[in-house]
Formats: sequence, C-alpha cells, structure tokens
Amino acid sequence: MSLMEIKNLHKSFGGLSAVLNFNFNLENNELVGLIGPNGAGKTTVFNLITGVYKPDKGNIDFEDRSLVGLHPYDICKRGIARTFQNIRLFRDLTVLDNVRIAFHKDVQYGFLSAIFRTPGFFRGEAEMEAKAREFLKIFKLDNKRDEIASNLPYGEQRRLEIARALATRPTMLILDEPAAGMNPQETQELMQLIKWLRQEFKLAILLIEHDMPLVMGVCERIYVLDYGQVIAEGKPEEIRNNKKVIEAYLGEEVN
Amino acid sequence: MQIYKHSWTRFVAEVAVLVALFTLVQYAITTELLSQYYEINLNSMCINIILAVSLNLINGFTGQLSLGHAGFMAVGAYVSVIMTNRLDLPFIAGVLAACLAAALAGFIIGVPTLRLKGDYLAIATLGFGEIIRVVLQNIDYVGGPSGIMGIEKLTTWGWLFASTLITLIVIINLVNSSYGRAIISVREDEVAAELMGINTTRYKVMAFVIGAMFAGLAGALYAHYFYIIKPDTFNFLKSFDILVMVVLGGLGSTTGAVIAAIFITTLTAALQSFPAIRMILYALILIIVMIYRPQGLMGNKEMGRKTLARLWGGKK
Amino acid sequence: MQEFTQQMINGLSLGAIYALIALGYTMVYGIIKLINFAHGDIMMVGAYVGFFSLSVLGTNILSAMVFAMLACAIIGVFIEKIAYKPLRNSTRIAALITAIGVSLFLEYATLFALGPAQRVFPETAFQVTNYHFMGIMVSNKDLFVFFSAVVLMIILQYIIKMTKTGKAMRAVSEDQEAAVLMGISVDKTVSITFAIGSSLAAAAGVMIGVYYNTVNPLMGIIPGLKAFVAAVLGGIGIIPGAMVGGFLMGILETMVSGYSSSLYRDAVAFGVLILILLIKPTGLFGKNTGEKV
Repeated sequence: MSLMEIKNLHKSFGGLSAVLNFNFNLENNELVGLIGPNGAGKTTVFNLITGVYKPDKGNIDFEDRSLVGLHPYDICKRGIARTFQNIRLFRDLTVLDNVRIAFHKDVQYGFLSAIFRTPGFFRGEAEMEAKAREFLKIFKLDNKRDEIASNLPYGEQRRLEIARALATRPTMLILDEPAAGMNPQETQELMQLIKWLRQEFKLAILLIEHDMPLVMGVCERIYVLDYGQVIAEGKPEEIRNNKKVIEAYLGEEVN
Repeated sequence: MQIYKHSWTRFVAEVAVLVALFTLVQYAITTELLSQYYEINLNSMCINIILAVSLNLINGFTGQLSLGHAGFMAVGAYVSVIMTNRLDLPFIAGVLAACLAAALAGFIIGVPTLRLKGDYLAIATLGFGEIIRVVLQNIDYVGGPSGIMGIEKLTTWGWLFASTLITLIVIINLVNSSYGRAIISVREDEVAAELMGINTTRYKVMAFVIGAMFAGLAGALYAHYFYIIKPDTFNFLKSFDILVMVVLGGLGSTTGAVIAAIFITTLTAALQSFPAIRMILYALILIIVMIYRPQGLMGNKEMGRKTLARLWGGKK
Repeated sequence: MQEFTQQMINGLSLGAIYALIALGYTMVYGIIKLINFAHGDIMMVGAYVGFFSLSVLGTNILSAMVFAMLACAIIGVFIEKIAYKPLRNSTRIAALITAIGVSLFLEYATLFALGPAQRVFPETAFQVTNYHFMGIMVSNKDLFVFFSAVVLMIILQYIIKMTKTGKAMRAVSEDQEAAVLMGISVDKTVSITFAIGSSLAAAAGVMIGVYYNTVNPLMGIIPGLKAFVAAVLGGIGIIPGAMVGGFLMGILETMVSGYSSSLYRDAVAFGVLILILLIKPTGLFGKNTGEKV
C-alpha cells in the first residue's frame, strides 16, 4: 500500500485544463520530486492534494483514505503539511507564535479554560511553548523566537516556514519551491536539511523545484509535468536523459 | 504575545488596584462629587470601551471588517428592555438575555456572511445591521419607529465597572491564548492557517459571536441609562462611530481601542453642541489615520506590564 | 394592468436614476477595486450645484445639469487624488474605511456649511406637464429623466467602446501592471474614470432634484446604497450590469412600494444585497475568479 495514491486527477479552470489525467504514488519515507516548466500545473497539484482546490475528477488517497472533498484543515490533521512558493508566514507574529500555532489543533485546554485562566491553561501553554522551542532549536531559530517573522532574513523565513510545517507532526511534507531565491550555498544547506528532515522525522517528502542540481541531488524519483500531464516518471538519471523532458524545457531537441 | 506566568502576588496587587478604582469612583458618585455631566460621560465611556473592544476582536484580531456592530447593540438593548420593562424581570435577567440574544444574532448573521471576503463581507454586515434596524422599526410591540420610552435607570456604576472589566478580561485572556493565536492567524493568512489545521470559518464565527455578545451587553447598559431607545439610535452611523474608535486605536490592539474609546467619548462630550463638526472630525480621523498611520495609535501592540514598568521606572 | 404599467413607468424613471449612479460605482470598482462609499454623496453635491445653478444663477435645467456634471467631475478627481491614490497599494479594507471617511466628510461638511434644512428646487426650473395616455399618466419629468439617462449611457458606451480613453479604462481594469507596460498612464485613466463616474452621479442628483423637488445634505445615503446594490446585482465592475441592475432595482422598488407596504421599501434593497452576496456575489453578469494560491 502506498502512502499516497493519486488516480486520474483532473482539474480545469474555466476552459483551461490545468491538470489532466494525473497519476501518482508515493511510498512511506520516499523523497519524490515534481518538475516541469512554469505553468505546467505543479502548484495546482499541490493545491488539489491539500484541499485548496477540489478536483473535477479523480481520487486522492492518503493512508488508504480519500482526501477528496476534505477541508485543508482536515487534511492537515490527517498528516500532510506544506510550504508555499511565496512564503506564507504569519508576518506580524513572532517566530515563536508562528510555530506555536501548529500545536493549536491538538490544544490541551478548552476555550473556557483560556478565559478563566485555569491551571490547565498554564500547563497547556507551558507545554506548547516548550515544544515550539524544541522545534526552533532544531532549526537554529530559538534565539530569534521573539522576533517578528517579517523581520527575518529570507533564508531564515524559509527555514521557519519549514519548521512550522513540521510542527504539525506530518507524515508527508510538501515543499513548494523551497530553494526559490536562494544562492548556491544556501541551496546546498537546504539539500542537507531536506535529507536530514526525511531521516530524522521519517517523512515522505514531495518537492516542486526548478533548481535541477537540488532535484537530481535529493530525489529518489521524479515526475515531470508539462501542460498539466505527466510526460515522464522515473529515477533522476532516467529523467535527465529523457527526450520528452528536454523538449519540454528547451523547446526542441538539442543536438 | 506573552502568557504571564501565574503569580499570586501580582494577582493580589491587580485586584487591589481595581477595588481601589471602583471604590474611589463610587464614592465620588454617591457624594455627588462627580456632577451629572461627568457621570453621563463616565457611563458613555464604559459603554464605548465595551463596544470598541468587542468590535476590535472582529475587525482587528480576526481581520474581518464588520460594519453592522450597532445592530447587535440594538438587539441587546431591545431584548433587555423587553425583559425588564415588559416582563418585569430583574436587571440581571435583562442583561443575560441581551447577551444571549446578541450572540445568537451574531451566529445567525455570521455563519452565512463570514463566507464572504473583504469588502463584500463589510457591505453584507452593513446590510444586516440596517435590516435589524428596519425590522425593529416595524414591530409595534417594541414601539416601532418611536421606540420605547421611560426605561428604568438600572445601570449603576457597579454594573458598568463590572461589565467593562469582564469584557476586557474575557477578550484579553482569549487573545493571549492558543485560541487567540488561531484567531489572529486567520487575519494574517487564511490559507496558511487552514493548512495548519485551523478551521478558519469556526474561528471567524467564534470571534463574531463573542464580539456581538458584548455589543449586546453594551446595548443593555445603554438602554437602562438613557431612558429611551429607538431603532434610529442604532443605525449605521453608530456602527461607524465604533469603527472610528477601533481604527484610531489601532486594529488589533485592545489597549488602543480603550484609549480611543475614552478619547472619542471626551471629544463627543466637548462637541455636544456641534454634532456636524464632530462628524467632520470623525471623517478626517478615518481619512488621515488610514493614509498616514494605518496602524492607528497602538498598531497591534499592547501597553503591557513591560511598558508600564518602563514608564514607571523612567519617572523615578 | 393599467396599474402595473403605471408602476413600470415610475420604475423606469427611478431605475434610470439608479443606473446612472450605479455606473459610477461599477466603473470605479472595475478600475481600482474600491467600493466608493462616497459616491452617493457626490450625487448629493451634484444636486446642490444644480439647485444653486437654478435658483441663484437662474439657468435652465440643462445648463444646471451640465454645471453639476462639471463640478462633480472636478470634485471626484480631487477626492481620488487626495484620499484614494495614496492607498492604491494598501489593503482594500483600508481604502473602504477611507471612503467611509470621505462620505461622512461630504455629508457633514455640506450640512455644516449649508444647514440641515432641505432646499426646494424652484418651480420655474421645470414646467411640469402631464400626458395622459390610455389611463396612464406620464409626466414630462419621467420623460426627461429617462431620456437624459439613456443619452448619457449611450455616450458612455461610445466612450468605452470607441475611444482610446475607453480602451485604456478597460485595460487598466483588466490588468494594471500590463497596462502600465503598454504605456498607459494609470493615474490619468483613474482620474478620467472618477470624472466620468462623478459626472453621471451629478446628473442623477439633478434629476432627483427635478423628480422629488428637494435636496438635503443626507440625500445621497439611501439612493447611494440602493444604486450600489444595483451595481452588485448587475455584477460589480461590469458596465452593462450596472445599467441593467439600476433599472431592475428601480422597478423592484416601485413594485414593492406600490403593491405592499412602503415601510419596507428601503429594506428591499438590503434584502436584495444579502441575497446576491450569499447566492451569486459576482452578480448577474459576473464571472467567477478564484484566488491564486
């Protein structure tokens, strides 16, 4: 049984097919990449998986249960977390608060406890703060925990977004262009981070990226999307030499 | 945001300050040290604080622009008067009924409306606020357009103090908790919040209902101080009055809402004889704040213990 | 049947007025995504200018209308430059709050300057003649309002479809950034939009003055709100939608007020608004565009 299995996924906007006949599967602890030219439909696939869009046709099964029709917050509770192409942090909140929100879905005290400030409330808060700080320490952001998120440098904002996603304790992590805007050194660090994350947290990771060295360097398998359809799938070496893939990116076969 | 560690000394000190404040003012009122004029303003100030702080929960913390807050105040006012005036029940029954009714109204209006975004939501809430007013205008049991007169003056300083305190405590405690963070995340980025497991619709409705409830409380207090209520008292201009306070104070700052409410009450009193000038000033406040300082007086910061300690320390 | 036709005629006149105001709302929303709360009050200013033109300057009704349109075009552009332009990159909520401020300002500044009492349009301005026609009464007021509105709408359509300015307006509503890249001055286009929208509102204001005879500082609020609902009904941002919406609202209102209690007349507008927002917020002619994540 695959961790995630997608069959025959279709999504159109107006008259335009964004995703056509998309088939996909992901095993536990696998690191898979999704690449393709801009506008190929990669982010749409992510949005379909995470419930931001509803598919027109097709199945998305996660741990053998369907995700179709669920709200994003339920999908998060099932164990899928994601980051975004243009970082979507809670900009006016502190670093600590950004991560603490990840724990809200499992909050240990009730709404009335919050208002009446019961001992349960203080305990719950202390726990959440401790857990959040643990995560921040892992991502080397603990010393900046009281900083406003929008004041962090770009690279750290990306790290924070990943930390926040992980704080929801997912089984599967979806990263949407995590290396966007990074220089080669930062990208190298990111590669190490992704590999480490996968090992440390036993995650399955699905990655959209344009940075080829990154994709080829960390992914075990790669799907290539063009005009909403999968045109190739396989190991990095296979994809690298695939004619259709080269055509899709460069236009025509390069001799 | 900081969750202050539980400390008994601090708690006792806070209670002492509040008791002192209450007694001082009560004394001034009973011995008539405080003239009628000031008493009225104190009354309006407390009611405005409750209105501003409750609207701020919706507009400021949850980021949903509601322009119909006066409608909930109306529901609270009318229901409380029905309880005391028509059904001869004690004031506490009126107040509780007002809160419940306003909360219910908040729920009924909130659930369909909060699916809308941004300006559409704002206009829908404005529409609902006006619908409440028009409906009240057409119900003879509550006096139609002329409303209800001769309402017993049951709102005392004790009621005002307690109500304001409770409103502030509930909202501040709510905001400074995980639930508050969830609400704020809805303002910051709804899509990201949903993907972190937060049911944004539930929290929008929660904030809306709580805000509406306190507006109802304010309505009940208002009705039982000013003798008369009419549907026109609670029109969209009243909603705009409250909006001005929240905008001026800073969308997302409870302290700001309190300060602005006090300021606006004082301004209203000073310009009592010049209602047109007051409205012109409100208009200018809205325009100037939005253009030059959209975060208002306090932004989304609060004046907490740290600031007070600093100010106090600086004085020495 | 007669009754019905009579109501229809009244409805068409009222609808023409709403349509003119609705056009201003929809054009401004289309171009800068702002609900110009103050638009109804521009109509009020137009009515006052018309009033002063007639009573103080002693002009005829058409010149009064032209004066009003010119004055409001200028005022509209002025307001945009001072209050809305600085917020072009802010949130829509911020702009909406500012628009509320502008609305309040226009209302209460007028009230302060000219007093709350309503002014009556001089009778000499418009000699009323009633035509009777198979038991239906049509006043020349109705004809004046209806036909002037239609003429103005035709002129507007011409401008939008046939002139370079109109093209620029359409381009900026579609995609502001792309329009800039095409060499279109967004500032100028926005100003022109406000000018045109405001002048149409002014015309409506003069018509209201003619039709109902009185003007007062707060007269813009309710008709403004109804015209706004009309614009939303037709599809906010869509010009033919505003025209259709305006006529529909006018007819709906006269029907409700004619056949049932006029107490609920104003509530009808709010009711329609809520229904549209809950059922199809993009209006009759609107398309659905989702948010790109």
